Amino acid sequence: MSRARTSLPRTIAAHGILITYTIIALFPVILIVMNSFKSRKAIFASPLTLPGPETYDPIGYTTVLGQGDFTGYFINSLIVTCGSLAGVLLFGAMAAFALSEYRFRMNTLTGLYLALGIMIPIRLGTIGILKFMVGANLVNTHLALILVYTAQGLPLAVFILSEFMRTVSDDLKNAGRIDGLSEYRIFFRLVLPLVRPAMATVAVFTMIPIWNDLWFPLILAPAESTKTVTLGAQVFIGQFVTNWNAVLAALSLAIVPVLVLYLIFSKSLIRGITSGAVK
Amino acid sequence: MGSLELRQVKKSFGAVDVIKGVDLTVADGEFVVFVGPSGCGKSTLLRIIAGLEDQTAGAVLIDGKRVDATPPAKREIAMVFQTYALYPHLSVKGNMELGLRQAGAPEATIAERVKKASEILHLEPYLDRKPSALSGGQRQRVAIGRAIVREPKLFLFDEPLSNLDAALRVNTRLEIAKLHRLLKATIIYVTHDQVEAMTLADKIVVLNAGRIEQVGTPMELYHRPANLFVAGFIGSPKMNFLTGQVAEKAGATTVGIRPEHLSLSRESGAFAGVVAHAERLGADTFVYVEADDGALLTVRVIGDTDADAGDRVFLTPTGPVHRFDGGGVRVGE
Ligand SMILES: Nc1ncnc2c1ncn2[C@@H]1O[C@H](COP(=O)(O)OP(=O)(O)O)[C@@H](O)[C@H]1O
Ligand SMILES: [Mg+2]
Repeated sequence: MSRARTSLPRTIAAHGILITYTIIALFPVILIVMNSFKSRKAIFASPLTLPGPETYDPIGYTTVLGQGDFTGYFINSLIVTCGSLAGVLLFGAMAAFALSEYRFRMNTLTGLYLALGIMIPIRLGTIGILKFMVGANLVNTHLALILVYTAQGLPLAVFILSEFMRTVSDDLKNAGRIDGLSEYRIFFRLVLPLVRPAMATVAVFTMIPIWNDLWFPLILAPAESTKTVTLGAQVFIGQFVTNWNAVLAALSLAIVPVLVLYLIFSKSLIRGITSGAVK
Repeated sequence: MGSLELRQVKKSFGAVDVIKGVDLTVADGEFVVFVGPSGCGKSTLLRIIAGLEDQTAGAVLIDGKRVDATPPAKREIAMVFQTYALYPHLSVKGNMELGLRQAGAPEATIAERVKKASEILHLEPYLDRKPSALSGGQRQRVAIGRAIVREPKLFLFDEPLSNLDAALRVNTRLEIAKLHRLLKATIIYVTHDQVEAMTLADKIVVLNAGRIEQVGTPMELYHRPANLFVAGFIGSPKMNFLTGQVAEKAGATTVGIRPEHLSLSRESGAFAGVVAHAERLGADTFVYVEADDGALLTVRVIGDTDADAGDRVFLTPTGPVHRFDGGGVRVGE
């Protein structure tokens, strides 16, 4: 940044605000991770202190890893999240391309219809979805969850991506057409790389609610073989007693994969913004 | 080989008629420029010729064959865009090769044509660079190279110089003129700049609001503009238009006199007026005169003149006085 546009008080103020926000946002996360390494007594006695030599107790982690197939739950969550993400990004981008690129009758109406899902929660249709899944013999499969989450994520994805795709130069697409590229090549090779930042944004927004969802795994795929992490962690929360060590350990572990996925996307987000900006 | 014929081509976007019936023939090897104010439908007409847009009515014929159902890649045309539209993920070489590769040309042909085009356009040092590492002028040359390698029947240029700075624009204009002489190709070139049109064209097509106003060589348009629109659009500075008594005396509704066809005098002349402003360019001076009947007239004086704002002067026509009737149509000199 140029020296002419920075001043010390302004820099301090900006950093002060950012640091305050970071602390507020990170506080609950740090609290969970910190307490997951403490004994039950220490959690209740002094929740705000770091685990020390006396209070350190990995009991939560041993419980979580010992009880049930937690690695399996993790893999289930990953399969469902990645599968849904792939579906949302691929079909969302294709629908957005069609809406922004082609003039056809009912184009606006179709766009509105697709955007309606942003306002109407998919959970309202749970009974219908369950009946459908039972009929299609998909209950207790990963596919059931992937289908539902793809449908859930599509409206926002189509809405955001079609706005971005409108900004891709018509000349570039037309140059491709004159050179004989198919519409698919134009979409995958010319347009998608240029809307990569938007894709990363959509990916992050789509991923988190899917990973955290309890509702649909409970209804559509509660079997041991398809249980997701969020559902798996519920065994430790009882009506009368809750195994706080295990719950905190499970939550701490559940953060890791989302963090990794987020880092992957945020990196491509930054790369998308800084490179390939050719007019 | 590359002739083009348009028959009553029309185009509407919804209820808006953008092209309102265009008939045109372009002979093989001709350099035709579509010129007109922005928004008059030049790009739309070019995209219809390219097949990127379907016409609402009428027919497009290339080399005598109707191409209405032929996709752009099969029309044997090449197009150069105002925004260059280079593929950002491909090198300069890759950009030039893609079209041929898609058409299934043999590797040897591709290599030979890319070599030839990069020689003509002095692109050899940049062949492996990405478009993002090139300057505006270099990018435009790559875009032209991408068109040349296809050896098309028809070159289509859509305002290729608009994004370049003034000096580069003159250079590239010369390059394009040379290229036309070298390739003997049929070129259709769109611009809103009448100077580009005058300097490049064999034949100029003046468009206004989706209609052809006049077709002719640059000198025909300059000496015998068919109507007020063409008279005002071609030539710089703009032609002076006079109505009222002066025109009535000449038996017309409007008369037009080009700034270079007026002489300036301090003693006597046909019209009297006061100098409002003088623009000195060195080689010539544009003097803006407010005539006594209220009209603002431009006079082009070769070299310098001592006339300055506030001076009382007299003007006399020294060249043709164009006469136009009530409908704006030219009726004579
Ligand atoms: N895809 C489109 N949809 C609706 N109107 C359009 C479209 N493309 C162009 N137009 C309209 O057609 C007219 C002519 O546009 P264009 O051919 O780009 O003009 P020019 O190239 O002469 O500046 C403009 O008024 C423009 O708004
Ligand atoms: Mg245009």
